[in-house]
Amino acid sequence: MIDRATKPALNKMFRFQWEKAQNSYVLLYPEGMIQLNGPAGEILALVDGERTVDLIIGELQEKFPDAGELDSDVLEFMQEANTQGWISL
Amino acid sequence: MIDAMSASPCNGSPSQPNLGGSTPKAHGQPLWLLAELTYKCPLQCPYCSNPLDFSDFGGELTTQQWLDLFQQGRELGAVQLGFSGGEPLVRQDLIELIGGAHEMGYYTNLITSGVGLNERKMAEFHKAGLDHIQVSFQASDESVNNMLAGSKKAFEQKLKMAREVKAQGYPMVLNFVTHRHNIDRIDRIIELCVELEADYVELATCQYYGWAFENVEQLLPTRAQLEHAEAVTNQYRKKLAAEGNPIKLIFVTPDYYEERPKGCMNGWGQVFLTVTPDGKALPCHSARMLPIEFPNVKEMSLQQIWDQSPGFNYFRGDDWMKEPCRSCDEKDKDFGGCHCQAYMLTGDMHNADPVCGKSPHHDKIVTARNRAEEVVNRPDEFVYRNERNSRVFAKG
Ligand code: SF4
Ligand code: SF4
Repeated sequence: MIDRATKPALNKMFRFQWEKAQNSYVLLYPEGMIQLNGPAGEILALVDGERTVDLIIGELQEKFPDAGELDSDVLEFMQEANTQGWISL
Repeated sequence: MIDAMSASPCNGSPSQPNLGGSTPKAHGQPLWLLAELTYKCPLQCPYCSNPLDFSDFGGELTTQQWLDLFQQGRELGAVQLGFSGGEPLVRQDLIELIGGAHEMGYYTNLITSGVGLNERKMAEFHKAGLDHIQVSFQASDESVNNMLAGSKKAFEQKLKMAREVKAQGYPMVLNFVTHRHNIDRIDRIIELCVELEADYVELATCQYYGWAFENVEQLLPTRAQLEHAEAVTNQYRKKLAAEGNPIKLIFVTPDYYEERPKGCMNGWGQVFLTVTPDGKALPCHSARMLPIEFPNVKEMSLQQIWDQSPGFNYFRGDDWMKEPCRSCDEKDKDFGGCHCQAYMLTGDMHNADPVCGKSPHHDKIVTARNRAEEVVNRPDEFVYRNERNSRVFAKG
């Protein structure tokens, strides 16, 4: 279970940025790139080592009022991103 | 690590029908730009992939020409930029190039032997926006041989640089080129990488292009050596994972021991673009050897080069294919393999890569494998990569 008070941070190995040419957010790492889908990009855009998980969910909820309950999706993605080594919780 | 780019989309499907005439064929974006800043290098690795006649080329691009080129690349979608060579540290304007590329939004990679590097430079590069330094442990440079022989003394500079890379907060990718003289000590290599806290380790047997092709007999390991090395690597993977060590070991088998070729750089002119020190644009760093006229960035915009030049369109699609590739149901997977290898081994770049079991020239590969069983190790027979040898090839 992810503690909603933790402040997830991007791992040092990765750089996160918007790529116009891909029309998406990407994660860049040594000699490689991961293209992120819409939701993943929106979540990672808020992962800065300062916002708590709770805050991130709140902000997303506000930004996408029609998206319904986002809690489980966001938590699930964070778990996965953590397993992939993109972020640390 | 290059394979990781396959996680990115490749818009062009190489099997799309040719649209005819000079219309550009389907292709992706040049996501990966490799800037070979100079052919100068203080080392003389016998498996260097630089062209054999490198001493013939003069006239390196200027700082402004490189920066301009990076900008054009960025507009075409390039996002990874590699500084290589030769030894890129030889370029006095390296820091300027790093800074410029960083501002444009590139992820910048410095691919170096570590010779000529020091703490101060590393810190300056970091400040200028360098994202990643890859220290190659060129396993037949003398210092590495010393390491494998148990003496760490001559090896100190490299170790020091590798530790410093980590200390300064760069991600660390170590690259070890293995061959028949060192592959049996892969356990030592892995342990060293663990000790250095590498994030990624590439254990690649060299590919037999450029200088390595001249030395294939003294480089190609036997099948037994290879299987042993892979087994050892797997054991370490298990052990390290169990210890919770996040290090990633990437083992690359030489295609000489495969029955199907590797796909040419994700497809010719689909993802990669290399620019040589004098400005020639190539779909891959080896392609210069092919009898194809490649454009120069001094004469054409990068966009024209990528989209329209005959060189970049040459092996796009499959119109160029001969049998057995033409009617092969695997042609979308490997695009007929490596054209440089086909050219070197069969004299015709349109042939299937002889690594392929379906190729009528596959016996060439089998012969090389068999030779590997018989060859006596004679490292003194290496043709070293240096100016003198290069001149010999340039004339020949
Ligand atoms: S015949 Fe050609 S296309 Fe088919 S697998 Fe072999 S190299 Fe690839
Ligand atoms: S032709 Fe061969 S050497 Fe050239 S890009 Fe393709 S795989 Fe690489």
